[in-house]
Amino acid sequence: MSLVFAGVCSHAPGITGRAAMAPPELREPLYAAFRGMREKLLAARPDALVIVAAEHFANFFMNNMPSFAIGMADAYEGPIEDPDWLRIARTQVPGNAGLSRALIQEVMQTVDVAFAEEWSFDHGIMVPLHFLTPKYDLPVIPVNINCQGPPLTPLHRAWAFGEALRRAADKVPARIALVGTGGISHWPATPDSGKINEAWDRALLERWARNDKAGLLSYTDEETYRDAGQGGFEIRTFISVAAAARGAGQIEHYSPIPIFAVGCTVATMQIAP
Amino acid sequence: MSLYQLQKFLYDLNRDTRVQEEYRDDLNGLLSRYDLTDEEHAAIAQGNVGLIYVLGANGQLLMHYAAFLGLPWPEYIQAMRNGVATYGPVRAGVYAMRTRMDEKVAGV
Repeated sequence: MSLVFAGVCSHAPGITGRAAMAPPELREPLYAAFRGMREKLLAARPDALVIVAAEHFANFFMNNMPSFAIGMADAYEGPIEDPDWLRIARTQVPGNAGLSRALIQEVMQTVDVAFAEEWSFDHGIMVPLHFLTPKYDLPVIPVNINCQGPPLTPLHRAWAFGEALRRAADKVPARIALVGTGGISHWPATPDSGKINEAWDRALLERWARNDKAGLLSYTDEETYRDAGQGGFEIRTFISVAAAARGAGQIEHYSPIPIFAVGCTVATMQIAP
Repeated sequence: MSLYQLQKFLYDLNRDTRVQEEYRDDLNGLLSRYDLTDEEHAAIAQGNVGLIYVLGANGQLLMHYAAFLGLPWPEYIQAMRNGVATYGPVRAGVYAMRTRMDEKVAGV
C-alpha cells in the first residue's frame, strides 16, 4: 500500500525510568507531545509500525555487528532492562514475520541488511512504544542502525537505507507507519549525563524539518562527537526517516530535560510522493 | 582484546538471566570463561563501576550493569566520577568524561 505516517522521537530511558525526578513542568508537555504523536499515528490507520532504532547492545554485539538489521518474527519481548529500573513492565510485542520478510526482500535490492528472527527490545524501542502503542496492539517491525559500536554506519548509507525502506513500504499491501528513535546531542551513560547542546540540536532539527539532505549528511562523526557527544551518533535514525518520508517535518516538541539526559524531541514528517 | 572480553561479559550479563544467576552463584567460575586482565577481573569482582568506566567499557553496557548492582542513578553517576578521580581519565572508547568533577549538569 504505502507509507502512511512518519516521525521521530526520543527514547532515553530516563523519560520513563526517572520520571519522578523530572520537574513536572518539563515532563508533562513532553508526555502530551507523545500523546499527540500517538493520535496522529493512529489516525493514519497503520497496519504495522516500523521503528528505526539505535539499539544499545541488546541483540547485536561487536562479534557480529550489522550496519542495518530488521526483525523478522511474529513476536518480540522487552525490555531487557530491569522493569523496575525502566518502569516499563516486561511484555510481548506483536510482530509480523511475513510483512517483515516482504520489506526485507525489497530493502535488500539496494541495501545489504541483516535479518533477525529473534530480537529483544531495549529502551530504544520500549520507551517509544510505551507512549505510542501502550497496549502493544500494533504489530511492530524493529529496525536497527549501528550508532553504537564504531566503525559506525555512514550517514549517507543511513539515507540510502531510508530510501530503501520507503520503496519497500510502498510496495507491500500493508499501511506502514515509520518512527525513528534516537537522541540528538547527548552524553548518556557518562558523568556528563544531562549535558545537552541545544543550539546544535535546533540546527539539526531545522535541517531535518527542511528535509535538507545535504545538510543532514554534512556532519562528520568527529564533529558530532565533539559537539553532540557519542549519543549524537543516533542522528542516523532521523536521517533515515527523512529519506523515507521525503516531506517537510514538523517539530511538535523540543525541550532539553537534563535528568532525562537528552533534548526531548517529538516530530512528525509529511509523506511526499 | 581484553576490553572486548570485559564488554562481552557485560553484554552477556545484561541480557541473559542464566548468566545473572551464575553471577550470583559462582562469579569466579563465570569470569573464568572470559580472557580478563587481573585489573578487569578485580573490577568486576568488586562491582567497581568507576574502574570499569575508566577501563573504557561502553557506557550503555555499564549503565545496565550498575542497575543490575542496584545502584540508584545518582550513585551510579557519582561512581563514574569517583573512578576518574581515583584511576585517571577514561582509557578507551567514546564515553570519556568531559565535565568538571564538581559539575553536576543534571543535578546529580
